Amino acid sequence: MTTTRRRLPAGPLGLLAALAITAGALLSGLPAYADEPTSPPAPTTTEGGSTEAPRVDLILDVSGSMGATDIEGKSRISVAQRSIDEVIDALPPEAQFGVRTLGATYPVSDKTDGCTDTKVLFPVGTTDKVEAKTAIATLRPTGWTPIGLALRGAAQDLGTGQTTRRIVLITDGEDDCSPPDPCDVARELAAQGTHLVVDTLGLSHDGKIDQQLQCIANATGGTFTDIHTQVQLTNRVEQLVNRAADTYQVTPAKTAGTDQCATAPLLAPGVYSDREKFSEHRIYRVPVKPGQELRASVSVSLDRAVARDYGVLLQATDQGGQELVRGSDAGSGRTDVASTGLRWSAPAVTASPSTLTTSAAAASAAASPAVCLVVSNSFAPQPGTQADPGLPLELTVAVAAASPAPDGPAAGLGRGWVLLLVLTGAGLLTGLLFGWIARWRIAVWREN
Amino acid sequence: MRLTVRKTILRAGLLALGLVPVLAPAATAATPSPSASSASGSPAPVTTAGTSFLTATTLAPGQDAAVPASTGDYLYWAFAASEGQTDTVRVTVTLPPAAQRHSPQTWSVELFDGLRRRQSCTAGPQNATAATADDSVALSCTLRQIRSWAEPWSGDPLPGTYYVRLSLTDVDAQDLGLAAQVQLHITAKGGADNAQPEGGEFKAPLVPPVNAGSTAAPAPTLTAPAPATPKSHWYSGLFSGWNTRWFWTLGGAALAALAGVGGYTLTRHPRGHRHHHPAPPAPAPRYDSYAGRS
Repeated sequence: MTTTRRRLPAGPLGLLAALAITAGALLSGLPAYADEPTSPPAPTTTEGGSTEAPRVDLILDVSGSMGATDIEGKSRISVAQRSIDEVIDALPPEAQFGVRTLGATYPVSDKTDGCTDTKVLFPVGTTDKVEAKTAIATLRPTGWTPIGLALRGAAQDLGTGQTTRRIVLITDGEDDCSPPDPCDVARELAAQGTHLVVDTLGLSHDGKIDQQLQCIANATGGTFTDIHTQVQLTNRVEQLVNRAADTYQVTPAKTAGTDQCATAPLLAPGVYSDREKFSEHRIYRVPVKPGQELRASVSVSLDRAVARDYGVLLQATDQGGQELVRGSDAGSGRTDVASTGLRWSAPAVTASPSTLTTSAAAASAAASPAVCLVVSNSFAPQPGTQADPGLPLELTVAVAAASPAPDGPAAGLGRGWVLLLVLTGAGLLTGLLFGWIARWRIAVWREN
Repeated sequence: MRLTVRKTILRAGLLALGLVPVLAPAATAATPSPSASSASGSPAPVTTAGTSFLTATTLAPGQDAAVPASTGDYLYWAFAASEGQTDTVRVTVTLPPAAQRHSPQTWSVELFDGLRRRQSCTAGPQNATAATADDSVALSCTLRQIRSWAEPWSGDPLPGTYYVRLSLTDVDAQDLGLAAQVQLHITAKGGADNAQPEGGEFKAPLVPPVNAGSTAAPAPTLTAPAPATPKSHWYSGLFSGWNTRWFWTLGGAALAALAGVGGYTLTRHPRGHRHHHPAPPAPAPRYDSYAGRS
């Protein structure tokens, strides 16, 4: 009896010590199982883009109507001049800025010359601020409004290159010199793949003129602003110039999808641009190895008037045309882009001979590991909408390590307060049981 | 990120076990989690917005956006969300002066994941129509909880980049291009602890590429990088990884052991036992009671 009692206080202490040691050993050993931190793929800068500066060309309308005094009691041209002065003062140091005018030379009486009247006020490049402001100050409202020609001219001023260029068009009038229709010109420039964005700012609050400016902006992925105040104009132009500086390097690579998987271009991870007509299918190929996951997304931009409801579908198929997975999105109403995406994991090929009966799909994937991406759309043109060139399409392709399905909660381990309660209760019962058995045995032993 | 979260869990677990002094130096390496950084002073709001998925302005955790815009602009922002989080995007648009507007306009905020897949909102007015007399319009969208893993064929929200698009979905053409002011605020609640499914691991977050791609010649040479195969040990199959269940189970075992010892001790100290034992004249009733119990 006494021996038993003396052992008792030692029991819990010993147990605790043992527990602490085990726990300590476990804990110090366990961090080794923690994964290495997986760093997300760092976005790399565009090749060749780092050397080029952001380029912005401003087209200023100096046609006769700019003399109207209807913005806070000042003339349109004076408001524009003052805003441009302020923008020039706030130019980012790296920006390449230029100004082109339209309707600055020939008077309204001379239409033949007036409709070719667009010239460079100062060329796109590092801006001499004093000189630029002097040149702006000399402008007087004069002639016609050949917007289409001015856009073409500005595109030439900006030149071609890897990065996105911006044209900021400040005007108050409808193009009275078409053809060429300025909206067609904008679409034509966008289709050339020269990464051109046209932002338009309207000074007259005329529905028909605004519509034309909206059309130009939509065709190139730009924005339209209706100017009511001096401050608004200054802030907006500044915002557009800064936006050019922020995002000009993000430029997709141009590709051309085909209508058959076998001849489709093989795409490496990255961003691509293409054109897709109404109801056209564009097919691309992406190599995907077993154990890898394909991630693709597609955006189709609406650069012209289409019917109210629309949709876009991205399918991944194998070489034989079997669908693997699809992503789709549909919508209605006013939007700039319809986009969708998909993920697909290539089945991991196991090397053991017992898997000779693996599905034919896995075998064929191992033999020619390329997945075809089929892009289709259900946009419908409105009467009179141009079908050619196609709608701008943007495709992103990435390949990452596949994430296998989790094999459930950690091997038989539990969690939660109920678990603690059950284990403690079970421990208590066991302790009591053993205690009583021990007492009963001692009692029996005493009796004998 | 994952490692940081795990370290935090580790520390929490150690605190629970009262073992923290043993491993305190190792735990100090833990950096504050994304949710904690917003409390320590949020960064200044951004004043820009992108105009497409590619040019979306990236918001840091807890960072707001305050952007002057024109009605009709499509504004894009991008933010990162990690597993277990439930993000809510709140947008307030201060509308152009009522005198310049002609008809009601409908604004909507939409959320897309890193693959530009539309994500459903579980709460909040995603669209709102402002009457001509209204000064402002408020929108909000709550994402589903970000999952730690999902089937490749599903559209469930996964860790990675999320895009917010604010647009004017229904408007009279003559109301386009007017000056508006946009305020955006994103909140995130929840952490990696309650991410579903448990034990799920998403190898690479859905971070879209932004670099220009290169078209490979149609040849068998593959440019896609091969994934690094994790090292496999004999015990790889036994342990499915480090998670909080280890703490619960170990804690439960410790409590069970203590309770066991406690229960045992209870039976060894019946009340009055020590008091009765030294009295030799009356041993018989005690033995009777023992016999009765057995």
